[in-house]
Amino acid sequence: MTIEIKTSTLEPVRNTFANIERRFGDKPASRYQEATYDLQAETNFHYRPLWQPEFELNDKNRTKIVMEDWYALKDPRQFYYGAYVQQRAKMQEAAESSYAFFEKRNLADYLSDDVKNLLITYLIPLRHIENTANLNNMYGCAFGYGTAITQALLYNAMDRLGIAQYVSRIGLMLDGNTGQSLIESKQHWMENPAWQGMRALCEEMTTVEDWFEVVLAQNLVMDTLVFNLFYEQLDGKLASMGGRDIAMLTEFMQAWNKDVSKWFDSVLKTVASESDENKAMLHAWTDKWQSKVRDALRPVIHELLEPEALDLAVAELEKRIKKAGITA
Amino acid sequence: MSAKKLNLKDKYRLLTRDLDWEYSYADRKKAFPYEEFEGIKITDWSKWEDPFRLTMDAYWKYQAEKEKKLYAIFDAFAQNNGHLNVTDARYVNAIKIFLTGVSPLEYQAYQGYAHVGRQFGGAGARVACQMQSIDELRHVQTQIHAMSHYNKYFDGFQDWTHMHDRVWYLSVPKSFFDDARSAGPFEFLIAISFSFEYVLTNLLFVPFMSGAAHNGDMATCTFGFSAQSDEARHMTLGLEIIKFLLEQHEDNVPIVQKWIDKWFWRGTRLLSIVAMMMDYMLPNKVMSWKEAWEVYFEEAGGALFKDLARYGIRMPKFVEVTEKEKEHISHQAWWIFYNYGHAAGFHTWIPSDEELDWLSEKYPDTFDKYYRPRWELAKKMEAEGKRFYSQALPQLCTTCQIPMGFTEMDDPTQIAYRSSDYEGEKYHFCSDGCKHIFDEEPEKYVQSWLPVHQIYQGNCGGASVEEVLRDYYKLNLGADNLDIKGSPDEQRWKEWKGVA
Repeated sequence: MTIEIKTSTLEPVRNTFANIERRFGDKPASRYQEATYDLQAETNFHYRPLWQPEFELNDKNRTKIVMEDWYALKDPRQFYYGAYVQQRAKMQEAAESSYAFFEKRNLADYLSDDVKNLLITYLIPLRHIENTANLNNMYGCAFGYGTAITQALLYNAMDRLGIAQYVSRIGLMLDGNTGQSLIESKQHWMENPAWQGMRALCEEMTTVEDWFEVVLAQNLVMDTLVFNLFYEQLDGKLASMGGRDIAMLTEFMQAWNKDVSKWFDSVLKTVASESDENKAMLHAWTDKWQSKVRDALRPVIHELLEPEALDLAVAELEKRIKKAGITA
Repeated sequence: MSAKKLNLKDKYRLLTRDLDWEYSYADRKKAFPYEEFEGIKITDWSKWEDPFRLTMDAYWKYQAEKEKKLYAIFDAFAQNNGHLNVTDARYVNAIKIFLTGVSPLEYQAYQGYAHVGRQFGGAGARVACQMQSIDELRHVQTQIHAMSHYNKYFDGFQDWTHMHDRVWYLSVPKSFFDDARSAGPFEFLIAISFSFEYVLTNLLFVPFMSGAAHNGDMATCTFGFSAQSDEARHMTLGLEIIKFLLEQHEDNVPIVQKWIDKWFWRGTRLLSIVAMMMDYMLPNKVMSWKEAWEVYFEEAGGALFKDLARYGIRMPKFVEVTEKEKEHISHQAWWIFYNYGHAAGFHTWIPSDEELDWLSEKYPDTFDKYYRPRWELAKKMEAEGKRFYSQALPQLCTTCQIPMGFTEMDDPTQIAYRSSDYEGEKYHFCSDGCKHIFDEEPEKYVQSWLPVHQIYQGNCGGASVEEVLRDYYKLNLGADNLDIKGSPDEQRWKEWKGVA
């Protein structure tokens, strides 16, 4: 049996905003649609930026990618702010309980010095890579075009800050909240020859001008390789060294990577299928950055994992590239 | 282990700015290229005091809780036809102005803070700006969702983003934020974080939200409460940026003073629309504009500038003019809209007798003398079937873009005209403040997209004003514009309320 509460219904004058109606017809719209489409100013800008007079404030020409409608890059997760923070809050809650468990049971005490050293030398420095990812996604957010892509890039940028903080907290759990492990791991980042290729590459990425290029270099190439190597393959190695519990602390990163890959793959697919020129551009960029990231990772992976590890990660990347329809 | 456990401040530093490092391989100036051209000297970013300490996990958690509550109210509001609880249909016009005029500024704030949140070399400042960027995105999106229900039942909301890019009076707020975003990163922060969020927010955000609370608008009011803790964070950022710049180098002081002068005046002009909203558009009044100005600027702002005096910062230029303007500005602004009600995306009206009396009481020195007679005349003409609309397009101030309707403040019967010559052209202004801003940066303001000029140049389609309004602005003529009296909004309201 169903019960029915009688409410007074008033006939609405319209179902949604006019811009949404022009795009999708006169029918009720989703919150994602109303909070995304056509929010960004399109025309009649008053002044050119003092810092980039060659462009308008919002300008499609800040990338070589050409889209008829930048709002075609919609987010399959339908993240507007409210949906985004609520989804991340759930992930955060799970992570928090793992971190609390790890701390309460003093699981760090059960890790061998070898494992601790490995983490400090090779895992904790990822906080700096995440910082670069934060900058690169902010860059895309600030210079990108249309709310559909720029809001997703901002969510991504904030996620990267969050991940950098989770990685830092792993360090703080190893050193009993003194910060010593973070100082050591930063020294590795700054001085250990194995890391210098990656550090140089991170620095270089923050000087790239084309926002779509840097977003692709980061979110497709760098992330696929780094997440595969440091969160999946390293996970196996840690388990074999008696460091299985670390997986509790990197679960967030693994789940997160799955979530954003879904979004970014769909962005790439839409861009690639828009035109042959776009496809060629994406192809040239993936080629260029794949070889750069590979070279940069080689020394550190050489010390950390089995010889075939890098090839395995690259195979993963190639699968994604193919899936997105980025071909020569 | 000998090392000491971290305190909260050091821990936050490790979780934010310590993520950054000194570059050795790439040119850091190429990565952060916009820090120097404004002449601001930063000697040591590490002196930046984090205005708040919020890690991302805590941010997700708190904000998700707030969103959950907010959207529960929005749902209940829609389900129960919450729009029927507002004081009367006139009130809704205040939030039409909010959605078309203010929400797009929240969007620009999101973009502006994203830009500085990438461009500052100091990671502490960067992270604070990034958090403000995502907060501002929250604000524009929750405002859209709050208004979404009103849009289904009232006219004038439906094409807010299209309108913001084109409609004459909306170029006032749009040019304000275009101005800030097109400036360098430090000016942007002085403009928005300090002058706007810190000094003037109580005169923009609070009047709309209090107006909502006083007029039964649960959706907007709940949004306002939910945004309060975000706003508090934004204000602390505003205070930190000014202290930081002033403490970094004495050469920064005159630059910062120049920006404060400019943005204070820019801000007061933008607020004239809030002034008229408070005095004329709210069926249940919160307080008069004059009272709000006295409490929130003269008292609070006065104390603030006393504090800043030790850095060599003085009150903004032209502050003495605002002391006189608070008596006039709301009346003159609403009169402009009453005259151009056919070209506005919201409804206008003549104040009721009770409202005229309220205005007389709140403005004893000016209202009866200068403004009441106008409204009495308008009332008489309307009763005789001679409702008057100005057909000629008004001249606009090149800086603030408001029609030139404001008067000399010492002689409220005389329209104020100022002008400057630049490269063989003459530019017009509504006030000394606006002229001064132009004269400091003429090469910027000659670029202004002035709606009236654009119409005359044929850039807005149409041979007639009506075509511009209908085809270029996409106003639904006869529904969105003109007086509330006889409008479809009023008609529906009467039907819902069962009054003839």
